Amino acid sequence: MIRRPLRPLARVIDARKKGQDPRLVEAEERAARLRAIRAAERQRAETRLLLLAALFLLGFGTIGVKMGALSSTVAEEPKAGAPGSIIAAQRATITDRKGRVMATNLETASLYAQPQHMADKRAAADGLAEIFPDLDAEQLYKRFTSKRKFLWIKRKLSPEQQQAVHDLGEPGLQFGPRELRLYPNGTLAAHILGGSSFGREGVHAAEIIGVAGVEREFDERLRDPAQSGEPLSLSIDLTVQAAIERVLRGGMSVMNAKGASAVLMKARTGEILSMVSLPDFDPNHRPAPATSGDPSLSPLFNRAAQGRYELGSTFKVFTAALSMEMGLASPDTLIETAGPLRWGKFKIRDFHNYGPRLSLTDVIVKSSNIGTARLAIAAGTPAQKDILNKLGFFEPVPVQLPEAGRSKPLMPAKWSDLSTMTISYGHGIAATPLHLAAAYATITNGGLKVTPTLLKDPDLPTEADRVISPATSMHVRRMLRAVVTRGTASLGDVEGYEVGGKTGTADKPKPTGGYYDDKVIATFASIFPASNPEYVLVVTLDEPVEMTGSEPRRTAGWTAVPVAAEIIRRVAPLMGMRPRPKREEMDDPTVTLARN
Amino acid sequence: MTDMVYGALVEADQGEPVIPRWWRTVDRWTLAAIFGLFAIGILLGMAASVPLAQRNGLSDFYYVSRQAVFGVAALGTMCVVSMMSPLMVRRYAVLGFVAAAIAVALLPFLGTDFGKGAVRWYSLGFASVQPSEFLKPAFVVLSAWLMSASYDLSGPPGRLISFMLAVLIAALLVLQPDFGQATLLLAVWGVMYFIAGAPMLLMVVLAAGVMGAGVLAYGQSEHFARRIDGFLSADVDPRTQLGYATNAIREGGFFGVGVGEGKVKWVLPDAHTDFIIAVAAEEFGLVLCLAIMALFATIVIRSLLRLLRERDPFIRLAGAGLAVMIGMQALINIGVAVRVLPAKGMTLPFVSYGGSSVIAAGLALGMLLAFTRRRPQDDFSDILGRGK
Repeated sequence: MIRRPLRPLARVIDARKKGQDPRLVEAEERAARLRAIRAAERQRAETRLLLLAALFLLGFGTIGVKMGALSSTVAEEPKAGAPGSIIAAQRATITDRKGRVMATNLETASLYAQPQHMADKRAAADGLAEIFPDLDAEQLYKRFTSKRKFLWIKRKLSPEQQQAVHDLGEPGLQFGPRELRLYPNGTLAAHILGGSSFGREGVHAAEIIGVAGVEREFDERLRDPAQSGEPLSLSIDLTVQAAIERVLRGGMSVMNAKGASAVLMKARTGEILSMVSLPDFDPNHRPAPATSGDPSLSPLFNRAAQGRYELGSTFKVFTAALSMEMGLASPDTLIETAGPLRWGKFKIRDFHNYGPRLSLTDVIVKSSNIGTARLAIAAGTPAQKDILNKLGFFEPVPVQLPEAGRSKPLMPAKWSDLSTMTISYGHGIAATPLHLAAAYATITNGGLKVTPTLLKDPDLPTEADRVISPATSMHVRRMLRAVVTRGTASLGDVEGYEVGGKTGTADKPKPTGGYYDDKVIATFASIFPASNPEYVLVVTLDEPVEMTGSEPRRTAGWTAVPVAAEIIRRVAPLMGMRPRPKREEMDDPTVTLARN
Repeated sequence: MTDMVYGALVEADQGEPVIPRWWRTVDRWTLAAIFGLFAIGILLGMAASVPLAQRNGLSDFYYVSRQAVFGVAALGTMCVVSMMSPLMVRRYAVLGFVAAAIAVALLPFLGTDFGKGAVRWYSLGFASVQPSEFLKPAFVVLSAWLMSASYDLSGPPGRLISFMLAVLIAALLVLQPDFGQATLLLAVWGVMYFIAGAPMLLMVVLAAGVMGAGVLAYGQSEHFARRIDGFLSADVDPRTQLGYATNAIREGGFFGVGVGEGKVKWVLPDAHTDFIIAVAAEEFGLVLCLAIMALFATIVIRSLLRLLRERDPFIRLAGAGLAVMIGMQALINIGVAVRVLPAKGMTLPFVSYGGSSVIAAGLALGMLLAFTRRRPQDDFSDILGRGK
């Protein structure tokens, strides 16, 4: 921009020549400039005023539209808290597979006060303090005499308490209807149900929301008014659940374990008939999650679906199945078991020395780490990863529990050959007992992958879900049966139910690194009947010690197996299984014995 | 140019008489809208102030007749003020500003709070006066004068001075405390500054500053935070003032439940002032509410459009400021009732009950009418080339 001088010299000189007053020129210039500024200013103000007018039009328009929208809706009565207005039972009930109630609703009352309606505040405070020992009369009186016009006193009342409050005859104390989620079986299936709490609260109703377990997983379905009449049927069998819980609790105390879990699953469908985790809790009074300490020791922790443990020798079966499936070995192939097996500076040992070689069946029956490790190396890391992946060990269990979804198995970040060897016998990989149950169901039911589910009547697995061949599956079943008849799980032979299974005893890892030598996780993964498995049962004990012998025994064969046997003895009749006459040899007519 | 004629008695040109000239130049649409609002105000007063009168043990229409007296006085004031020239208006307004500012400043020592927790009133025995109601329009005129003075080459730094004045007055109002009036005052100053040619960037920064102050207030003042929370929560508790107001609007529907049938006025303590729109909606329906809004919109938008042609920056600024002040106050009052804006007590000018509120509104509207009167605007140079 070129600056024009306020006193244009040419014109000033010109004016002087003509004898005019040069200041006039200056004044003229100044006036012109002011006019120009004003004009520009005015032009700008003009657009801004227009903008402002438009804004006001918009503002009034918005409010008019909003008011129109408001006035075209129906008014809701601002009701004062009147007792007796009923809320319909809205959250659907949860039942077991036979329609027995696991969670339902109870109508009860909440208590609130409207101090401005009170006849005698002092008496009301004293009376309430007498009915509810946890309330303090002084404090109540202080709250009643404050300016508040509405205050909650109790969220839930029992009918007796409600009557007692009613008998106070105080008009300023009012009841609001409250729906209460009730778990009539107490601690039974606590980890499956999870629990619920109040969400948004009003005077006349409170929202019940699921906070854990299936209550949380199916929260929308349970709250959906369209489906509220239809109970949610789980795959759980309550009687079986109760029996297992009872036996397991006893077993846990006999074996001096600090925790235990059991999973009973249908081998063909993956339906979970029972899932127990001890210690447990009462979902009617779900405790607050502990803020300190190890969360995996909390009663809220679901050991079966959430707890990741190294499950030990139970994994050997997968290695055996893999080598048979790859044609590397048949059940009678001899495997070198001379120990210790050296791999770099690492040595693999067996519990006992089993001599120079064992047949594949005996590697499983005697539980030889060396033999299994050799097979795994022969099969190779990719093949091992592949079968573990197919068996579901690379993902969290896809069961309908929010807790399970956070428990992806732990495995080495770098999968070396050594990892392959240790994982072949269940060390260096930590999975949940539920993972193990599903994998056992898969390899023993003929080789079709099952998906664990808590819902009744799931889709059956099809040929597309095949993981191993029926023949391999049959060999595995025979090996599992042999483990019980003449191997590490001999205490597990329940007469008539043809139990097969594999024990696993894994040293617990220290939080500081390394392993304890006196703390184990003892697992027994079993199937019954072995010739044509209907059920898979996985029992896990945390730090069991069996003290009846001369020295403390911790191996699964002495701890988890007898507990599992007792469970099978109890629940098999409950599930309507007939004991079978004892036979020397299993017959499996669908598969020929010869292979390779 | 002055013609000097010696010895001849030149008859001073009186021009046409005052009233015909006023009638010819005043914005008659705005005038009609104001009278309409006044009539609606009396009508609603009959509905809304009855419970108050009963509570205070007075005859049912005591407050209505009072309001009518004040209203007529306000209308008279308005007409007189609107006949003044802008120069006169400016002089009186500046004097009035000084008086009102002193009155506001002395409130903490001489005022009463009528048990409402904020010292905003002087009790005169027969009536109470809220000086801040008079301070607002006077401040607008003073600010316009200062801002327009800064247009002159080597004029005073009027914008800066007016800004400092705005902050000072707002601080006085916050002390009462009266956050609503303080906010309104600052907002009106901001709009005037905008019209006076504020740089856009500065406006953006200012808006950000206001937001920041809001966040700060949310953190500091529990009272403020509760109101904002109430506004932001999705559903209204039907037992709050807002809940009752919302329900009243719903209850009324399009044509209302009928004269005298409304219930909300018995429940809301501020039914005759801050929530008068709820009473209107319940008894007379959406129709009357839309009519009220249309009347306010007419006043504001017509005034702004008339000021488009104004050449004198002082008149333009002062007129726009007054129009915006009245419009904002109406928008806020109605917006709160329909929950477009967070809860903030603000009277509906000329409709809500209140002596000083009505008189002050009359003064403000009178000044607005005075500024929007048609006057010669150098149309020739407009035609010849945009003011060159």
